[in-house]
Amino acid sequence: MSDLRLVVRMKSVVVVGLGAGLVLACERSADIAPDASRADSAVAVAPTPDTAAVSDDDGQWVRSARDYAGTRFSGLTQINSNNVAALAPAWTFSTGVNRGQEAAPIVVGSTMYVVTPYPNILYALDLTRPGTTRWTYQPKPSSSAQGVACCDVVNRGAAYADGRVFINTLDAQTIAVDAETGKEIWRTRLGDINKGETMTMAPLVVKGKVLVGNSGGEFGVRGWLTALDARTGEIAWRAYHTGPDADVLIGERFKPFYPSDRGTDLGMKTWPPDMWKTGGGTAWGFISYDPELDLIYYGTANPGPWNPEARPGDNKWTSGIFARDPDDGQAVWFYQTSPHDLYDHDGINESILVDLEWQGATRKVLIHPGRTGYMYVIDRTSGQVLAAPPFGYITSATGVDLETGRIQPVAAKQPRTGIVVREICPASPGTKDWQPAAWSPQHRMVFVPHQNLCMDFEGVEANYIAGTPFVGANVKFYAGPGGWRGRFMAWDPVAGRAVWTIEERFPVWSGALVTAGDLAFYGTMDGWFKAIHATTGRELWRFKTGSGIIGQPVTYRGPDGKQYVAILAGVGGWSGAIVSADLDPRDSTAGGGFVNAMRDLKAATTKGGTLYVFALP
Amino acid sequence: MFATGSTRPSRESAAKPAPARVLRVCADPNNLPFSNERREGFENRIAELIARELDSRVEYTWWAQRRGFFRNTLNAGRCDLVPGIPSSFELALATRPYYRSTYVFVTRRDRNLHIESFDDTVLAHLRIGVQLVGDDGTNTPPVHALSRRGYAAQLVGYSLYDDYARPNPPARIIDAVASGEVDLAVAWGPLAGYFASRQPTPLVLRPVQPQIDLPFLPLIFDISMGVRRGDGALAAAVDSVMTRRRAEVDSILAAYRVPRLDAPVAGGGT
Repeated sequence: MSDLRLVVRMKSVVVVGLGAGLVLACERSADIAPDASRADSAVAVAPTPDTAAVSDDDGQWVRSARDYAGTRFSGLTQINSNNVAALAPAWTFSTGVNRGQEAAPIVVGSTMYVVTPYPNILYALDLTRPGTTRWTYQPKPSSSAQGVACCDVVNRGAAYADGRVFINTLDAQTIAVDAETGKEIWRTRLGDINKGETMTMAPLVVKGKVLVGNSGGEFGVRGWLTALDARTGEIAWRAYHTGPDADVLIGERFKPFYPSDRGTDLGMKTWPPDMWKTGGGTAWGFISYDPELDLIYYGTANPGPWNPEARPGDNKWTSGIFARDPDDGQAVWFYQTSPHDLYDHDGINESILVDLEWQGATRKVLIHPGRTGYMYVIDRTSGQVLAAPPFGYITSATGVDLETGRIQPVAAKQPRTGIVVREICPASPGTKDWQPAAWSPQHRMVFVPHQNLCMDFEGVEANYIAGTPFVGANVKFYAGPGGWRGRFMAWDPVAGRAVWTIEERFPVWSGALVTAGDLAFYGTMDGWFKAIHATTGRELWRFKTGSGIIGQPVTYRGPDGKQYVAILAGVGGWSGAIVSADLDPRDSTAGGGFVNAMRDLKAATTKGGTLYVFALP
Repeated sequence: MFATGSTRPSRESAAKPAPARVLRVCADPNNLPFSNERREGFENRIAELIARELDSRVEYTWWAQRRGFFRNTLNAGRCDLVPGIPSSFELALATRPYYRSTYVFVTRRDRNLHIESFDDTVLAHLRIGVQLVGDDGTNTPPVHALSRRGYAAQLVGYSLYDDYARPNPPARIIDAVASGEVDLAVAWGPLAGYFASRQPTPLVLRPVQPQIDLPFLPLIFDISMGVRRGDGALAAAVDSVMTRRRAEVDSILAAYRVPRLDAPVAGGGT
């Protein structure tokens, strides 16, 4: 798109998108200069800048992944590999909530929007007066009784469109707030926290619809993706992820590539009778969108709460990737990364939309770093898997059969209650969990934060829920081969291999950012925020923030024309629960087995909840 | 903190002031027959008994007993006693078991189904209600015992979590037997005993067989009280009370119809 920069003087505003030919609020005279870094005065943006133009502008960051393709790539170059060593904190802001901070700060004009973990406070930060707020919106989600909503109660961020900011709350509400004033415009309740129905994902706004997905599979919540009218909050459509075709919005347009995904009502038939009603398959990850194909792409979580032996069958449509029409939700294709999932391997990881030169032709693909440990390259028009090379150490499968599309499980690594099975790799969090990767169209590489964990199922241990005793698998995670638990790498999807890798002590649970300044950014669980030379993998800069980082880094152009990089620091999430939830390091199976692999995290970081914004001096 | 070693028999007196000492208990506010906010559960009553014996009053921290319960309550120092844990539980120090119960088959009496074992062939023809916990791929033992035997298609799941805004979410499974929604339910003994006894429709409970299913799946459990690991002094004080007041504890359990595999001292039993 256009690399036109925005310069504003006084009270007049002009926003011009060359390709789209859009002009807004053209009032008084305005200067348009090719390089905004020479701007010398504070600017204000029109109250409702057109989202398309704003989002095309590299200086803004209106949704989690910046663009609809999900690249998390910025064309800004003011901060680059030559000068990043001088990067320093410009300002900070304490969110007041010391739980796992997974959100991406959203930037629209001179305002930054940050949403916190429960109680999901939405801050509108005034970038013309750094560290101050324009307004604060408190949704006051219902708290439910203590202990009902377990564990770290994260939120992956807000989305901006057409003068509104949209957030999800833990108690399953989607809320639209006026971006300028912070006044609530509408709120729609989509679930009941008393039934385990929660929401943690970042919404995506496509063609006037707010797309949101639910969480809570372990509670028997039936997964869905819902589209709300962005103006009114009314439900436009809902696609369930289990059950009859009519519920799943599978109809004439559905053309899955592989035979095992073809048939009627597979969302019922691939389960024992009625089990699909509590089938899981929630949608708590990121959504991407291709405006030319007019398709959205997102993944579904694993089947729960049934243990695998109780649910023979492929358990569709859990643990896979859907392509749908955003206007009516109709499914166009589906690919199941983990049929009859055994390992908690959700399919919710992001799908980054890329056009690749593939065996002599340009293919429209998506790149999906799978929980299973395979880096899927999938034709996004059809759902065909073009390649799925491993990007981590895998013992639980031998590969993905490209003929059938099916993952090939290793029988000896299937967990069965009471039987000891060791070295199942990747462990339940997979080779990569929710933490999103970035794609650079310049480097033609994916920058992937991920982990290296294996797990043992070692007999059973007594457990107790709601007064009901049972024995649960004694599961322990630990570092895979090499001993390092985390890694950040640049991956060439055409060659199907890593170009460079950086090993880290802890899982790299933050998102990735990559820029045209030849920089990649990520954060570590012990609080280091790092800038890496994207071409070579050399670390160029690091800064120790106050708490482990599991958030999504963003970069933007401030009102003063300078480029900034922002990240939330505050450890938590599944991997960081030992700190944010103060788990006992002696209990190796706490946190679902993760504590065993993270005993040393408590010595390396404490809780936090602070936004850091960096710039060149 | 809670001091031990200076117990004396309680004396009823109209003018007796509330005990100064506090027995801090963490329990679920909505989980009969075990406990609820109105202290109507048998754990509440036994906690009261212990407190009386220790010349203390009970103070509760209410917390839904789910993932994170022990971390947030006992092990966060919010309380000192949890009135029910499996005796082999690793996250707390267990007192001596005060009852042993079993998962039970629950059917309507008028169905005359006479189910005694997971190996009974009649199971193949029944809709079977089971309790779901959804804990990292494991479930309540009956789910494993039945799926192993190929009965997955007959299972109807009742989540322990269900709807916490309603009273006693795990009780739905017993209602389902009474209503005929399922032909049979396999549920944890104390839950089944209590709610079955309150159904107008007569229900029959039978301990499951085998008691331990292969390869290592117990369907019977000893239940103790739990204190923080290292709090041996409180554990000993509780043990001492429970031994001395054995008959009263048994009589409380009997009143709640807890199915027992251990022999009560006197006057108890199902």
